[in-house]
Amino acid sequence: MKGLIGKKLGMTQVYDKNGTLNPVTVIEAGPCKVTALRTAEKDGYSAIQIAYGTRKIKNVTKAVRGHVKAAGLEDTPPQFIREVRLDEDPTAAVGETLTAGIFADSEYVDVVGISKGKGFQGVVKRHHFAGGLASHGGGWIRRGGSNGMKARPGRVIKGHRMAGHMGVDRVTVQNLQVVQVRNEENLIFIRGSVPGPIGATVMVCAARKK
Amino acid sequence: MNTIQKLHKENLKTTLPQFGVGDTVKVDVLIVEGDKERTQAFSGTVIARKGCGIAENITVRRVLHGQGVERIFPLHSPRIAKIEVVKRGRVRRAKLYYLRGLVGKASRVEDAANQQV
Repeated sequence: MKGLIGKKLGMTQVYDKNGTLNPVTVIEAGPCKVTALRTAEKDGYSAIQIAYGTRKIKNVTKAVRGHVKAAGLEDTPPQFIREVRLDEDPTAAVGETLTAGIFADSEYVDVVGISKGKGFQGVVKRHHFAGGLASHGGGWIRRGGSNGMKARPGRVIKGHRMAGHMGVDRVTVQNLQVVQVRNEENLIFIRGSVPGPIGATVMVCAARKK
Repeated sequence: MNTIQKLHKENLKTTLPQFGVGDTVKVDVLIVEGDKERTQAFSGTVIARKGCGIAENITVRRVLHGQGVERIFPLHSPRIAKIEVVKRGRVRRAKLYYLRGLVGKASRVEDAANQQV
């Protein structure tokens, strides 16, 4: 297991060597510095903590600057710090730099991002309700129907699907294929779409279920 | 120029001839036969040109044995070896879908060389 934090640059199409056209999302992944290690013995689980981007020193607390000091990022504090869970204890050292080259062509990855905000949405878009008939005297087109029973239980059951805010959720897309890696430009081409708008921060990890 | 535009540019073909809807073209397509590669030509009238940049494609129509055949070619695909303009046509539509409903002499596109000025 391995992972990188990156930025979604947008989508395009690339031809592979057989001439097949692939829709790809281009992600500028890394370089990320390892800021901490988690081991099963000490922390109860295995992970590496990686940092990406930069912030102004005046915008960062001293605690954060102190935390990333071991990785040599005291004067260029990172914008994002995330942990990537590993199956075994990490072999990387604190301060090591991870680049897009840790992924290879045709490898499978999971991508975690924050989905685009959709605002307040009805049940048809938000929960895929069918809605009513458009014709034959419909008159009940995109509504949710009954919210539940009457006197017993006399309330709406928790978790009942209704209209409300949609989007801006943490979304993971699993088993996307890497089409191309350009290590010197820090670019990863991933087949298909990934959550979030252009410019959004995403995390690319090795696929869990492959 | 952002990275996506740069990526587009490096995949664009620069040697494509100038042609438009109504023109008759010959498209050489690379096909794999066993372990050998050869080109196969398909010629016909361009009835539509869609998309832009790397995603641009053309629809080429011809009538074979009384049966209309249409093929869609992505212009910038490495499988398209060559595109050759055979004849220029004079048309007044961007999409020539009306040709599908016509047969025989009526389904021809007027030659641009015969155009009255």
